[in-house]
Amino acid sequence: MSARDEIFASLRRSLHVSGAEGPRRAAAESRLRENPRGVVPQRGNLPRAERIALFKRMAESAFASVSIVENARAVPAEAARWLRDNNLPATLRRGADERLADMPWRETAVAVSEGASDGHDLNGVSHAFGAVAESGTLVMTSGADNPTTLNFLPDNHIVVLSADDLAGDYESIFDWLRARYGKGMMPRALNWITGPSRSADIAQTMLLGAHGPRKLHIVIVDEGTGLL
Amino acid sequence: MDPSSSKRVGLFATCLVDLFRPSVGFAAVKLLEDAGCTVSVPSQTCCGQPAFNSGDQADARALALQVMDSFANCDYVVAPSGSCAGMMAKHYPELFEGDPELQRRARAFAAKTFELVSFLTDVLGVTQVRASFPRTVTYHDSCSGLRELGVQAQPRKLLASVDGLELKEMKDSDVCCGFGGTFAAKFGEISGAIVERKTVDIIGSGAPVLLAGDLGCLMNMAGRLSRQGRAIEVRHVAEVLANMTDTPPIGAPAEKSAEKTA
Amino acid sequence: MSVHANPTSPHFKDNAHKALGDPQLQQAMGKLRIGFTAARAASAARLPEFEALRDSARDIKNHTLANLDLYLEAYEKKVVEAGGHVHYARDAAEARKIILDICKEKGAKTVAKGKSMISEEIALNEALDAAGVRPIETDLGEYIIQLRGEIPSHIIGPAVHLTKDQIEAEFRKAHTHLDKDRNLEEPTSLLAEARGVLREKFLSADIGLTGANFLIAETGSSVIVTNEGNGDLSQTLAKTHIVIASLEKIVPTLEDASQLLRVLARSATGQELSVYTTFSTGPRRDGDPDGPQDYHVVLLDNGRTSMIGTEFQEMLRCIRCGACMNHCPVYHAVGGHAYGWVYPGPMGAVLTPSLIGVEKGGLLPNASTFCGRCEAVCPMRIPLPKMMRHWREREFERHLTPSVQRAGLGAWAFFARRPALYRLATRIGMGALGFMGRNKGRFSKLPFASGWTQMRDFPAPEGETFQAQWKRERGGR
Repeated sequence: MSARDEIFASLRRSLHVSGAEGPRRAAAESRLRENPRGVVPQRGNLPRAERIALFKRMAESAFASVSIVENARAVPAEAARWLRDNNLPATLRRGADERLADMPWRETAVAVSEGASDGHDLNGVSHAFGAVAESGTLVMTSGADNPTTLNFLPDNHIVVLSADDLAGDYESIFDWLRARYGKGMMPRALNWITGPSRSADIAQTMLLGAHGPRKLHIVIVDEGTGLL
Repeated sequence: MDPSSSKRVGLFATCLVDLFRPSVGFAAVKLLEDAGCTVSVPSQTCCGQPAFNSGDQADARALALQVMDSFANCDYVVAPSGSCAGMMAKHYPELFEGDPELQRRARAFAAKTFELVSFLTDVLGVTQVRASFPRTVTYHDSCSGLRELGVQAQPRKLLASVDGLELKEMKDSDVCCGFGGTFAAKFGEISGAIVERKTVDIIGSGAPVLLAGDLGCLMNMAGRLSRQGRAIEVRHVAEVLANMTDTPPIGAPAEKSAEKTA
Repeated sequence: MSVHANPTSPHFKDNAHKALGDPQLQQAMGKLRIGFTAARAASAARLPEFEALRDSARDIKNHTLANLDLYLEAYEKKVVEAGGHVHYARDAAEARKIILDICKEKGAKTVAKGKSMISEEIALNEALDAAGVRPIETDLGEYIIQLRGEIPSHIIGPAVHLTKDQIEAEFRKAHTHLDKDRNLEEPTSLLAEARGVLREKFLSADIGLTGANFLIAETGSSVIVTNEGNGDLSQTLAKTHIVIASLEKIVPTLEDASQLLRVLARSATGQELSVYTTFSTGPRRDGDPDGPQDYHVVLLDNGRTSMIGTEFQEMLRCIRCGACMNHCPVYHAVGGHAYGWVYPGPMGAVLTPSLIGVEKGGLLPNASTFCGRCEAVCPMRIPLPKMMRHWREREFERHLTPSVQRAGLGAWAFFARRPALYRLATRIGMGALGFMGRNKGRFSKLPFASGWTQMRDFPAPEGETFQAQWKRERGGR
């Protein structure tokens, strides 16, 4: 008997089932098909402006910094300012995301390179798939547009988020993912990021910048009626 | 039940009170009688918790049946201990899983069983006591009473009605004192380390009097404080609520306790 | 032989004795006791739905366990569809062999590891070492204890038992290629040093191995939760990603995972969410510039399917947040290593006897005051004290309870079951004891209670028992 068969046999013995029971199968299949929502905290269920404010507050409490700009064309200047204010070199690495490509980087002094990171980039910029106000969490999807390595290897990470993609809760993000990738389908990597990397493994002292980015700066593009 | 009719309350004194500190039993009787109850003390030994917690189901069941028989004629069973009341109110029904008839009996018994102070407030509606104790006290929440029975606000509410009494909360009053019944005997060294930690918070409160609702915890904390040479007075909360504080504190000599120096 | 293969759990009392005398450990535990509990309480208080989420989380796991065969099938199908491989391991040896075979097939020299308790459970590092493959723990805490040759003392903070100075000493010993006179005074400099040393290792590792907090049947995804980002670097940079997980990590849907995620970090560290929550689904896709080329999942049973249907089934709801140990007075006193095997604290006291046998692990479920704080904070509402009691029942039934304890209990029960005899014996006994203790009101030594009197006095009884006095005063009503 293979390990697989034996494990399933043991499991079914313990559960006193054969695996062929119709009602059980129907219940499991229905859960997988319907993906019912459980308890969704109402914290993020807010009108747009307040949702943006909540996201900002939550992300900041996780030690990210957040700026809001009026349109996508203002992102490069904001990125340049942030690099300058933090005494960082004016370099950025980005993926192929058109939203980033279309931004007027040339109007700034920032030297932008393209592609996945090999671990030697100081600064990276990515565009978020979305974000969740409930916990100040960014949602990143893998692929050539926004390589996963850029989320983790550079010391400093700038993430651009369109305010239209800011959800109140995780469940809304799941719906958007299903709309984009199909039911039951996922990008290879889906990264939720809540603040910069940290560790408390040395004497229970929380320190930023363990293995991932030491700094995380979020630029929200709010063309609607946001906080401004 | 008609609230004007006198409630027949069977006092389950608990082994520790029966053997070590009868004055707590009499304090419980006074509180119950003052609240209009008719109190009896049916024949009793132990609720069976030591056997239950040591994995000895047979003895635990036998003792549970013995208690249920002995208290069959009482409207309520009240114990000056969250631990023993928790055993009877929460665990007796578990003991008879697989025997529907006995489990039904155990459930009915559990439903009429209460810890003393919460019985006074939650069932009898007592909001104040006639007692005077012009001292600063701190209160330890014993684990079973707190987490199995939800005893937390009740003793504080009644203590607030005691003349002259000031309650100063210790840090982490809801953290275990390390007693744990047979744990203190089986793992004496670890239990000792936990109670040592507990005394830091007791002393830190600055109160010269420590109260709690379970004699096991009280003997444990009193034992450690006295070993440290601390002059903190340790009593069961019922003694203070019943205005019966003439007996020497737990662990103090039989004659009126001379003030020790800390 | 290592602790993995040779648990010291039977020597819990000796281990505890050493731990209580270790000032550095005591210093570290003092910090833990305060930090974690305050953080959890604050984060639970911030979320009005927290208690409802705990109920929801419990229900999801109960439903999943009752249908685990079906969700496993669904999960497996989705992993394969995404181009991954699923392996089944009945026990630790089988799991090690599957992983070693993959290493051999890939010609791997090094494995970068994210934190995985299952890897500890199957003692993977020793097996890799023996096969000439270098395991590199990349979680900072795991890295530190790997340098020290220790097992984790906490399931989410493996090195929580160490002080800053001990870690500094370890780094100076291990990182001999660095300047001897470098300043490591500040914790930040230690972190920076570890980051630098490990960064090179991430980039050169052949295989990335991680655990999984959840496996999602709906999508075939494995989920890891970290604060450092080490798990992500391990699994993203290497050519092959191996996930090692026990099979009860399955949840049906993304929505179910988010219910559990909402209680996980809050219970563990008090964070709203850990910094990195990553859902991985299969290997690199067409056009992907990064990510592993191969994706393997090793599903471990190791006795878990046999726990289903027993009084220990509820333990399989555990999501390894560590809240039970963070709130345990016994764990606070002795730390995690005293438990003598991979899983410490209350969850370890329940799980360890299942995994290494009650003969070896039986002391652990006895080492609890039953204060109930673990159950009160467990996000999955696992009745930990009740299950520890079930282990004590099994011990008692199998006559594994120590004979002195059994005899004492037997004598007590003998009297307790005979009320008249009990009253007689206690009247005489307490009378004598009360008389002897009258002057001091306490005993500093008692022949039958040395465990007690070693640390504290034993308060003397008042003398006459309550029942005797009641009978005298009220005629025995």
